[in-house]
Amino acid sequence: MENRAWLWPSILTFLVITCLLSIVTGPLQIAPLTSFNAVLNWATHLELGAVAPHEQLVINNVRLPRTLLAMTVGATLAQCGAVMQGLFRNPLADPGIIGVSSGAALGAAICIVLFPGSGEYSVAFGAFIAGLITTLVVYRLASSSSGTSVVLLLLSGVAIAALAGAGIGLLTYLADDMALRDLTLWQMGSIAGAQWQYVTLSLLALLLISWQFYRSSKALNALLLGEAEARHLGVEVDKLKFKLIFLCAVGVGISVAATGIIGFIGLVVPHIVRMIIGPDHKRLLPISAVLGAIILALADVGARSLVAPSELPVGLVTAMLGAPFFIFMLLKQKNRLI
Amino acid sequence: MIDIKHVSVRINHKPVLTNINLHIPSGKVTALLGPNGAGKSTLLKSLSQEVQLDAGKITLNDRPLQDFDRLELAKHLAVLPQHASLTFPFAVHEVVAMGLYPLTLSSKQGMELVDEQLSRLALTSLKYRSYPTLSGGEKQRVQLARVLTQLQQAQRPPVLLLDEPTSALDLAQQHRVLSLAKELAHQHNYAVVVVLHDLNQASRYGDNLVILERGQIVSQGPARTTLTPQTIKQVWQYEPQIVNAPGCETPLLF
Repeated sequence: MENRAWLWPSILTFLVITCLLSIVTGPLQIAPLTSFNAVLNWATHLELGAVAPHEQLVINNVRLPRTLLAMTVGATLAQCGAVMQGLFRNPLADPGIIGVSSGAALGAAICIVLFPGSGEYSVAFGAFIAGLITTLVVYRLASSSSGTSVVLLLLSGVAIAALAGAGIGLLTYLADDMALRDLTLWQMGSIAGAQWQYVTLSLLALLLISWQFYRSSKALNALLLGEAEARHLGVEVDKLKFKLIFLCAVGVGISVAATGIIGFIGLVVPHIVRMIIGPDHKRLLPISAVLGAIILALADVGARSLVAPSELPVGLVTAMLGAPFFIFMLLKQKNRLI
Repeated sequence: MIDIKHVSVRINHKPVLTNINLHIPSGKVTALLGPNGAGKSTLLKSLSQEVQLDAGKITLNDRPLQDFDRLELAKHLAVLPQHASLTFPFAVHEVVAMGLYPLTLSSKQGMELVDEQLSRLALTSLKYRSYPTLSGGEKQRVQLARVLTQLQQAQRPPVLLLDEPTSALDLAQQHRVLSLAKELAHQHNYAVVVVLHDLNQASRYGDNLVILERGQIVSQGPARTTLTPQTIKQVWQYEPQIVNAPGCETPLLF
């Protein structure tokens, strides 16, 4: 068997480098060493390194929350993608493609427009509830005893996204200027407005889903054999499916509430990881989490740098990279789809 | 071992099994036979708790099946599916390791058990091969290794259910799988239940043949007493030619 002892050290090194790169990048030039000192000062609450107050302020309130939010959301979306692919027994399942992100965005939009001033947590809750309902609807539409149909899965996604789009369109019409800005941001997906309370919330969601997904990894492997086979192995299939759908809705809902719709991370990352280490969920899920964090943080660095001093919504960057990849996967599966 | 008493099953309000009474002993191969729609697969599914009984009860070692929790039952009763497809490219040893799910073993013990089952089914050379690239016969052997792994912590004689295990296999593979089923029953005291279409295979490998017609048992016993021209004509509406070939314990049917 191939020795993969190199994998964890190298991917974690890459994560640290990406983290530093993200903290250094921005319109205000802050030297890498100063940035590092500022992070140390922030982490220890001590003045260990010399950093100008305005630089410390930028690191504390802008760059660190932004980097951490990109990483937690990337790790969450990548794991939710991997789990949905296992649950649907289909490598094309992704929260964005099958419409779950759109549904969650509609839930968030309803909260922000119809219940203004109800606070960030209620927006997250709205996104979670709508994400949960959407996942259940898509699962119902696309599943049969023999698995899920790719065609039905994608068409369900199109239908849900269209419905959610119409709902968000209607809310846009009703919204005031402030809400309108937020709605536009969501639909594009952006980490620019990262706030600490969303970092905390998405970190808590990430810890919860990572722990529970990892505990379910053996059962998820068994589920790939088919539902009847998983039952014969002793898996409580219905309980497992409900638990995973619930956790995906928590992960995607909170991610969407925090950053808007960021597509393709959940599709691309697990696929790359499967090519390197195989499909066993026990290894796939943690590695996907780290790679998802790296890729979304890098995409955000790209979003900040490509048209500097202005910036692109990060959802646009992930779509530009992910959509061709999706087309490539569709071509690969073409014979099975027809 | 397994006792089926007065079992009836309806699917979509249609009776599929009616008042089935059957004893399945350990150490024997019980073959379920009958034309399409006779209820063979439903009977197998009622043993694996995939269908709800309308009436009657099934006990395993005098304990009703529904009293077992899923993990406990999985240690004693395993099902080899007709064919199991996997969308993702698991390696052969990973598929076999899925059989460890209900067991309580350390990862080292688990790996040893997987290696043991791989070697038992002559799959060691394919250990790291990707499952989707295997031939139909190889896939079936891998699934059998997985199912046997699952039964390694059974406290009492385990039950192995095989649903048309030979349908996707060539001639040699068919005989290999059925020989192994017979060996498990005779040498390792497994209770083997197998759904078959081929009467000659049933007569060669089955110790107790159960013939079903329209959800009812019409005959059961050894091949010599059950596979009679009258029964075959009644159940399959086909008049067979029966040849007593030299060297064959059971008659051949054409």
